[in-house]
Amino acid sequence: MEILVASAVGTLTAAGIYLILRMRTFPVIVGLALLSYAVNVFIFASGRLAVGLPPVLSKTAQGYTDPLTQALVLTAIVISFGMTAVIVMVALGAFLEAGTDRMDSDDEAGQ
Amino acid sequence: MNHWIIAPVVLPAVIAPLIVLLMRHDLVLQRVFSLAATVALCGVAAVLLATAATNPPEAYFLGNWPAPFGIVLVLDRLAAMMVALTAFLALMVQLYAIGSGWDRRGQHFHALFQFQLMGICGAFLTGDAFNLFVFFEVLLIASYGLMIHGGGRARLRSGVQYVAYNLVGSTLFLFALATIYSVTGTLNMADLAERVATLPEGEAAILRVAGVLLLAVFAIKGALVPFQFWLPGTYASAPGPVAALFAVMTKVGAYAVIRVFSLIFPPETPATGAFFAELLLPAALVTLALGAVGVLGAASLGRLVAFGAIASMGTLFTAISGFSPETTAAALFYLLHSTLATAVLFLVADLVLARRGSEDLIQRRPPIAQEGLIASLFFVGAIALAGMPPLSGFLGKLQILDALRGPNMVAVWGTVLVTSLLMIVGFARAGSLLFWKSHETLMEADPHEPDVLSFAAVGGLVAALVALTLAAGPVSSALGSVASELAERTPYIAANRLTEQPQ
Repeated sequence: MEILVASAVGTLTAAGIYLILRMRTFPVIVGLALLSYAVNVFIFASGRLAVGLPPVLSKTAQGYTDPLTQALVLTAIVISFGMTAVIVMVALGAFLEAGTDRMDSDDEAGQ
Repeated sequence: MNHWIIAPVVLPAVIAPLIVLLMRHDLVLQRVFSLAATVALCGVAAVLLATAATNPPEAYFLGNWPAPFGIVLVLDRLAAMMVALTAFLALMVQLYAIGSGWDRRGQHFHALFQFQLMGICGAFLTGDAFNLFVFFEVLLIASYGLMIHGGGRARLRSGVQYVAYNLVGSTLFLFALATIYSVTGTLNMADLAERVATLPEGEAAILRVAGVLLLAVFAIKGALVPFQFWLPGTYASAPGPVAALFAVMTKVGAYAVIRVFSLIFPPETPATGAFFAELLLPAALVTLALGAVGVLGAASLGRLVAFGAIASMGTLFTAISGFSPETTAAALFYLLHSTLATAVLFLVADLVLARRGSEDLIQRRPPIAQEGLIASLFFVGAIALAGMPPLSGFLGKLQILDALRGPNMVAVWGTVLVTSLLMIVGFARAGSLLFWKSHETLMEADPHEPDVLSFAAVGGLVAALVALTLAAGPVSSALGSVASELAERTPYIAANRLTEQPQ
């Protein structure tokens, strides 16, 4: 299971970085989303992987998994969701204003 | 518990939604409430500054949960100083935004401004690494809104880059935090400081990776080479007052480096040693050189000031990389100075833009209204940022050079002195192009109503620079005590009361 989780994080990160280096806004935003998935799984794994163990107190539990990382992941998901919404809106505004969705700044003025 | 500690976070957090929900159609009400909140923030910051100067560091346990289980805010001298600096700068910037009418050019300026203050103050006060991430996000999401305030093609396009760059930075921050958590099992800064010091040998490699990731995140905030790409475009395209407020946002990166790398990874840690200082110094010197060359080569006033800001961050990080009480005290003095000086120049750039119609330095334009006054303000700001006598920039650089005697002295002194010369030349060139060459057009200045409030705001910042110069002695000795408190570490850790078990 460790190999599965680790390779999932690796693949998601690699795909995310590849997409972020693209020139247009849409792949970049998808890349950012993939990166945030990768980091969510990574945070989850940083509390050690355990199968079938509850994170909250229970009378029948054999053991517990780390509940803190789950709370951290929840915060990270909410924040990255909000941030993705923001960048979609800003990118849309820039597209409507400039008529192009190129990510690099390459105006005639060279700015 | 001293409840004033959480006031700099709660006050803007209450006022901002009120402004959005109740006063969205009434600009006068927005201005009154937002200004009143910022004035109150200045008052709270003064109280905190006085408290921290006489008392040891004090923790505020949110919900009264004991550390390290709950989130803590910690007020120490460094945090109090940064909150006070932010509050003062915010007040001046807000006066300028009201005077120049920038807050009228788009929606929700004041609400976003208050959210921004909430994020910045929270980042300075928090004593928990994950909470630092959350406050970074609060200040970033408000800064996205402020950066594209007023809209326009160039601003929105640099806005997309700015947001994307910082989202990558946030992801890196989470990777770093998760790595640290997997090694130490805690994210409370004081608890981290204790556990990192006694970490077994085998975990050191992962910890070093986490430390470098954290350094990279703070370098993105502080525009340290090779992570400075976002700054010139963002600052040059952002509205003038917003760019001036952002002067303190790069300092959040510098603050985080000072806090984390003097509390959690000090140079005497067995697991990491002086590794981070060795990484930081060359990057800082390259940043300084890049900023100075940028100042020399900038074709527009906004980019000129933005590169000046990069150079000042380079100087600041050079001083920070010493990680000793003397170098930290010098760095803090330069931090106070460069925040004010950068803000002055961004506001002057906005004054020029409003009258000249173009920021392009090469383009010949007629003289601007109130030229004498604006040229003098530019002169003062340029002297301050380039580090010439008699203003505090000179004293700041002198202290840094003095504190960094040692094996790297040749590289540090050489870079700081040569880049200062480059910046003087760059600013002199920009000033003569803007204010002297304009007279060759033999045209009359276009009339422009002088808005007293804007000039008062810039004047307030200049007055603060002069005060910092005149009171350099007392300020330096106060900063010396800030730096020694940081180097001591134990009072900060003791404030978290880690050993007390919950009932």
